[in-house]
Amino acid sequence: MTQIDYLDQTGGALSEVVQSEPVVPVVRRKRSVSVGLSWSWLVLVVVLAALVPLLPVSDFDVAAGPPRTPPGFGNGLDLLLGTDNFGRSELSRILYGARVSLVVGLVAGTVAFVIGTFLGLLAGYFGRWVDAVITYVTDALLAFPPLILLLSISAVTKPSLFTLTVGLTILVIPSFVRLSRANTISWRSREFVRAARNMGATSPRIIRREILPNVLPTVASYLPLVIASLIVAEGSLSFLGLGIPAPTPSWGGMIAAGKDSLDDAAYLVLVPSVVVFLTVFALNQIGDSLRARFDRTASD
Amino acid sequence: MTLSGTLRKVARSVLVVLLVTFMVVALLSLAPGSVATIILGPAATPESVAALNEELGLNDPVFVQYWDWLVNALHGDLGTSLLTDLPVTEMIADRLPVTLELALLAQVIALGIAVPLAVAAAARPGSVVDRFTSAIASASLSIPAFVAAPILVYFLALQLDLFPVSGWNDLSEGLGPNLESALLPAFAIALAEIAAFQRLLRTDLVSTLREDYIAAARAKGMSPSFVMMRHAFRPSSFSLITLLAISTGRLLGGTVIVETLFSLPGLGSLVVNSITARDVVVVQGVVAFIAVVYVALNTAVDLGYGLLDPRVRKEVKA
Repeated sequence: MTQIDYLDQTGGALSEVVQSEPVVPVVRRKRSVSVGLSWSWLVLVVVLAALVPLLPVSDFDVAAGPPRTPPGFGNGLDLLLGTDNFGRSELSRILYGARVSLVVGLVAGTVAFVIGTFLGLLAGYFGRWVDAVITYVTDALLAFPPLILLLSISAVTKPSLFTLTVGLTILVIPSFVRLSRANTISWRSREFVRAARNMGATSPRIIRREILPNVLPTVASYLPLVIASLIVAEGSLSFLGLGIPAPTPSWGGMIAAGKDSLDDAAYLVLVPSVVVFLTVFALNQIGDSLRARFDRTASD
Repeated sequence: MTLSGTLRKVARSVLVVLLVTFMVVALLSLAPGSVATIILGPAATPESVAALNEELGLNDPVFVQYWDWLVNALHGDLGTSLLTDLPVTEMIADRLPVTLELALLAQVIALGIAVPLAVAAAARPGSVVDRFTSAIASASLSIPAFVAAPILVYFLALQLDLFPVSGWNDLSEGLGPNLESALLPAFAIALAEIAAFQRLLRTDLVSTLREDYIAAARAKGMSPSFVMMRHAFRPSSFSLITLLAISTGRLLGGTVIVETLFSLPGLGSLVVNSITARDVVVVQGVVAFIAVVYVALNTAVDLGYGLLDPRVRKEVKA
């Protein structure tokens, strides 16, 4: 068996050398195992979180079993990941918590993406005072360490899903403005843009038809990374007790609630920690792979 | 760097500082439960609130309020706490050393681990060591502080009993007890920094090692370690130094989670406690302080870059 394999290989190599026509290798997209696994994890979390009211698990705010039941099979779905200090199902709380994290991350990320890209296009395309105003406000927002900015927003608002999302949106708009502005500047002086202008295209049309299609993929490829950082930010706020108010569960809040019983019920911290890690890691892996494909500046 | 270039950069950051502080003052003057209701407590009547608002100047337009705040701040007065009546500057001075020590200790730990790892990875790009460290690095970049800190507490403090679970011993109680209480929190902060530093230095080292003068040094028969440390390391370390300075500034406000978890008396826990207690004046003062320091540090890095790297200096002059 090995003998034949060996012969086959040398045969293949020889015929390649003899071949006189140029061989154009098929460009094969690298399929990475970790990116595949990342997509599977995200799809799993999203589907389960979306369907959780239909699943045979109890509500997040009622006792499903004795308090502090450690995770284990054989006790039914509700007790799969154990119960918390009040006997509420950890699995149910993780899944309802996923809804908060995902909705906040997705909505804040997308809204910031739209607003930030638009402002970046304006700043990069028009330059001068438009650019100056937008850049200064962006710089000022970036001058706050992220969590401090969120904290000062939560100091003046009542924590709710809406204010949380607004705060997180403000937090990440500057990153999108910078990305979109830098990309716009590099496309704005290209020949096809000048050609469009010479043919009499107006600025709105040039921005929409010539520049936007080129800027969009690059900026959008950062979206998963931003959503990951938003989930971290939401988790940090909930951990500090300044996120979504109880009894709505959130991953950060679950870790904070479990940290006092680390000594005798460590799974209360470990379970949500693993879920947060896997989700953030998956989003980062997907973001990196998308960036490698769509961001020209990140290719080296 | 030319003088006008320096001036322009300084003027730019002064403008950013003004904008930042304006945002802080404007944001907090919008606070729904106004400062007056907090001061007067439950005994507040609409009339007394209105009177106190007038007295404190809270009915003035936001620009006037900002001007008053700015003038006071420039005289070193950030107001007094609504709860404790202590000057905010005093509270900051009280808390700053803890946060500063945590941040610096975290950076020292991060550098001590990241630099050897980066050198080992860059020595043979694509090797097992390289792939292993970069996998670990990208994984640990995905561990938020609120996940890392409790897990470190669980394993290092509770299971192995190496460190205390929480609490803070001041430096005045001796270096030993101080470090004992500071090491674990600093390590929790350092975790993400290690990965970031390692990635950056590795990339820069790999690209430096492709330069012609490295090939020349190798051709002269110099040992790989000599080439690495004496020829490649210094020119590769500039972006790392930049990141180091920026992230130190960021850590001034980024130790919130760890300070809260370990109940350390730093700036971050001061902000969180003040928010919970609705002590708006303290929040305002501390946030403004952190943001201004952060901008100042970034500007200093920007200006200092030319001093470190002669190539940047020449480019600017040309």
